[in-house]
Amino acid sequence: MRKIWLVAATMALVASAGTVFADDAVDPTAVKSEDGKYLDKEGSPTFKVASDGTVDWYTYSGYRRYHSECHVCHGPDGMGSTYAPALKDSLKTMSYPDFLGVVASGRKNVSSSQENVMPAFGDNPNVACYMDDLYVYLRARANDATGRVRPAKHEDKPPAAQQAEDSCMGK
Amino acid sequence: MRKVLFATCFGAMATFAAGAATANDELNKMSQDPKGWVMPAGDYANTRYSKLNQITAANVGKLQVAWTFSTGVLRGHEGGPLIVGNTMYVHTPFPNKVYALDLSDENKIVWKYEPKQDPNVIPVMCCDTVNRGVAYGDGKIFLHQADTTLVALDAKTGKVEWTTKNGDPSKGATGTSAPLVVKDKVLIGISGGEFGVQCHVTAYDLKSGKQVWRAFSEGPDDQIMVDPEKTTVLGKPVGKDSSLKTWQGDQWKIGGGCTWGWMAYDPGLNLVYYGSGNPSTWNPKQRPGDNKWSMTIFARDADTGQAKWVYQMTPHDEWDYDGVNEMILSDQQVGGAARKLLTHFDRNGLGYTLDRATGELLVAEKYDPKVNWTSGVDMDKNSPTYGRPKVLDQYSTDKQGEDHNNKGICPAALGSKDEQPAAYSPETQLFYVPTNHVCMDYEPFKVSYTAGQPYVGATLSMYPPPGESNMGNFIAWDGKTGKIAWSNKEQFSVWSGALATAGGVVFYGTLEGYLKAVDAKTGKELYKFKTPSGIIGNVTTYEQGGRQYVAVLSGVGGWAGIGLAAGLTDPTAGLGAVGGYAALSNYTALGGNLTVFALPQ
Repeated sequence: MRKIWLVAATMALVASAGTVFADDAVDPTAVKSEDGKYLDKEGSPTFKVASDGTVDWYTYSGYRRYHSECHVCHGPDGMGSTYAPALKDSLKTMSYPDFLGVVASGRKNVSSSQENVMPAFGDNPNVACYMDDLYVYLRARANDATGRVRPAKHEDKPPAAQQAEDSCMGK
Repeated sequence: MRKVLFATCFGAMATFAAGAATANDELNKMSQDPKGWVMPAGDYANTRYSKLNQITAANVGKLQVAWTFSTGVLRGHEGGPLIVGNTMYVHTPFPNKVYALDLSDENKIVWKYEPKQDPNVIPVMCCDTVNRGVAYGDGKIFLHQADTTLVALDAKTGKVEWTTKNGDPSKGATGTSAPLVVKDKVLIGISGGEFGVQCHVTAYDLKSGKQVWRAFSEGPDDQIMVDPEKTTVLGKPVGKDSSLKTWQGDQWKIGGGCTWGWMAYDPGLNLVYYGSGNPSTWNPKQRPGDNKWSMTIFARDADTGQAKWVYQMTPHDEWDYDGVNEMILSDQQVGGAARKLLTHFDRNGLGYTLDRATGELLVAEKYDPKVNWTSGVDMDKNSPTYGRPKVLDQYSTDKQGEDHNNKGICPAALGSKDEQPAAYSPETQLFYVPTNHVCMDYEPFKVSYTAGQPYVGATLSMYPPPGESNMGNFIAWDGKTGKIAWSNKEQFSVWSGALATAGGVVFYGTLEGYLKAVDAKTGKELYKFKTPSGIIGNVTTYEQGGRQYVAVLSGVGGWAGIGLAAGLTDPTAGLGAVGGYAALSNYTALGGNLTVFALPQ
């Protein structure tokens, strides 16, 4: 099941955008921080978990957004369901640009044996305004940096995150 | 609306008066013959009870698989087949195939219907692509497709006789529920509560598919089809603008209140009964007011659609406790008097018994002792809060406010029971109820509405009640007193519709895939058999060639399937037994199958 999905995903991406599928996941270690958002060496957003378990704001926010918008298909904690893949596995190989592309545009995998369709969330502010939050949370899950439960402690919401949220949600 | 109705009525009377009456009488009579199963719940009263008694508590242990049938579809299989004469009609989730099987000839496929539907409807369906089955009437099979097309098929050939569109999937409206044929009409609800749909029940003419009436769950009086003076709530007129007054501004236009449960009908009173679902969004702060008539039991005149009475169970929902679950009609003695009753097991964890003629509230009690969001319903007729549940502040997601994680609310959003229908045996006078035993953390936050996009507004996580390992119970309930007669633990939620029989046996399925038979009086397990996949379908019985058969659809999925890959989370690690958190994927995998049982010959 998962293999088929990955193959289909690769095909879809190659066919649609010609994007190269990340064979080896980029090192998720945070090398710098911009306004409370952590970035890896390629400049993609990533998680930061302190030794006492405190997670960065985006991991925590992503947990909340995921369990509102995504979990009804992709299962609790990114673990998958009977009809959608486990994102904690998908994010092991999926790059940041690919993630943004799929969430914004959706994807279809309809065959004689299964009908998996993900809608396009690009126009949905409840998702689109929190793309980085979702990516950072799922990346943390894919790297076992955060467990199956709600992160117990988190960094304060950075003012930059509040500003971005307000302008994106049109407040 | 009114005018259209009259025109249609006159037209129908002029041409089809005799035919319509015959079709209705025919269906009513057929539903009383225990050999068949001609409507989704077996009868209009939604009892899921059969008079067949060849299989008894004494011999059910010898049950064997008689035959099986693969549906060729993998997703969650809710509902169950119809049996009309020698033909069985089996439906599937999206793409919504229907098979007609000849029970008198090797169960051969007589015809198969498979609609072409835009797959873009798939992700608009909350919680899998389920369908709860077809209805029969006037020589036709009625199917409500995922894309909300209501189609009438010739029962003998599968030929499409007419189609009509019941909603707009691009705005989030979908079809999941089974239609109900009443007189010369077919009634159907609609899904989309997580997409801000203004939901409704609609009656279509059996012959032509023309819309006869449509009653919304919220909106102006003419749209919700209530008469401010004549429609009552707990014995009093609802008054003018009973719904509009309870919403802020135009919010009712995206108010939800969906109608995807099992409908019931009382031919004597000529009333249809159904429940409405949650108000949209799940964030209660964003929609102040009682949000009427979401979360409501409706009694409507079958001919006109006009509401006779209403009762809102969960005013201003704060937990997604949809009121859609089935209404079961029974005639029992209460306090020494014969009463026409309606019993309903709500998602909110309360089992309600009302007088179905008047809407008088008789009983409202918890059918899972773990239910904790309310201390109970105010039953004092002179109280200003008569009929309302008393909400405990600590579990009020509205009082605690946005961005606050409310912990340990029981039941979870999937309710103490979801759509999986209960059964009622007039012999034991007990209801047999498949239940969920799950609690949740719930954190509401602000969301914005976009047409056709999910409109949820809450984060939740679910887990078994602290200290317990079972996530389900199968219970027997006395609707007159509101007490549990017996209760069997199940490791997972029981997401399968029950069947009660005159043989003193009650059947249900489990998420692991077992079909189970228990003693109707004691709950003692008498038989179990593991079918190819987890069961979220409803158990059916019929007789063919002098033999009683028991049939059930397997095919795990639905909302229950969300926890399949992983099991539910355990934020209170250490309090419960390990078994309770085990993944369902250790027990079963996808696959749509019908398994049919009988005693050895």
